[in-house]
Amino acid sequence: MRETALAAEKSTDGGFNIDPMYQFEIKNWIPIDLGFVDLSFTNSAFFAFLAVGLVCLFLWTAMSGSSLVPSRMQSMAEGLYEFVRNMVRDSCGEAGLKYFPYIFTLFLFILGCNLLGMVPYSFTVTSHFAVTVFLALSVFITVTVIGFMRHGVGFLGLFWPMDAPGFMRPILAVIEVISYFVRPVSHSIRLGANMMAGHAVLKVFGGFVAALGVFGVIPIAAIVGVTALEFLVAVIQAYVFAILTCVYLHDALHMH
Amino acid sequence: MEGDIGNMGQYIGAGLACIGMGGAGIGVGHVAGNFLSGALRNPAAAQEQTATLFIGIAFAEALGIFSFLVALLLLFAV
Repeated sequence: MRETALAAEKSTDGGFNIDPMYQFEIKNWIPIDLGFVDLSFTNSAFFAFLAVGLVCLFLWTAMSGSSLVPSRMQSMAEGLYEFVRNMVRDSCGEAGLKYFPYIFTLFLFILGCNLLGMVPYSFTVTSHFAVTVFLALSVFITVTVIGFMRHGVGFLGLFWPMDAPGFMRPILAVIEVISYFVRPVSHSIRLGANMMAGHAVLKVFGGFVAALGVFGVIPIAAIVGVTALEFLVAVIQAYVFAILTCVYLHDALHMH
Repeated sequence: MEGDIGNMGQYIGAGLACIGMGGAGIGVGHVAGNFLSGALRNPAAAQEQTATLFIGIAFAEALGIFSFLVALLLLFAV
């Protein structure tokens, strides 16, 4: 990685790296190179598997009791389930409930990855655009295929604005097509940039603490505040990703 | 001398990119303020619109995050 001016000034401490972008570096733990594809087990892959594993563990142990009067953990799991189910039903109606498992998986995976990134010295899987772009692309392709399966070629009527006067329709159609294809771009960048920005801010303040010596308690107070905000942002970004998926699904299922 | 001017350009660009976050702040405040005034008029209907509130805040905030991203990219990834 090219040494920027900032990194050159501050990376002289023994062991600790104050460069705020160092935390996003992907480390190759077990290189598995098949020649045409690189299946290496990286720290990103480890934390993604860990997020999935922890979510599955939580749901299995919470529902293993399955009593009519729920225990605490079962209430949490049921609360999560009901929350996402209501979200899907309110956005897409009863027809959208068929796709509830996909949205539930998306929501819990992103929530797990975001929250796992709040642990010190861990790695935030969703802070890399490679991960969020694939999540958003999968949503985009899924929703488009569902739209074509449901409405056939008539799905293209999504782009033809019926409520506008006749002469404006071609212009609006072009704008509608462009905004439809921009959806996965904004969908992915929103999640990735939020995660990356939050953690980069935390590391920059950490650099201030190291540089200020005794007065470093002031940046520490700021770090506490920003960490609290980061927890909120982690949950909200997972929720926003899921609910935007529901909104796009609604557009595909019932065209307007 | 050449490297220094390049770095100066990075810093100036990053500083200029941060101006965009002012717009995001105004936008998020606008959305939240409108929600608040509507909720105070009609508290019963406010509960079901919290989802719309969060979506609106996320959309407005995203643009500010994009500009912060540009600043970070200029500082550390160019």
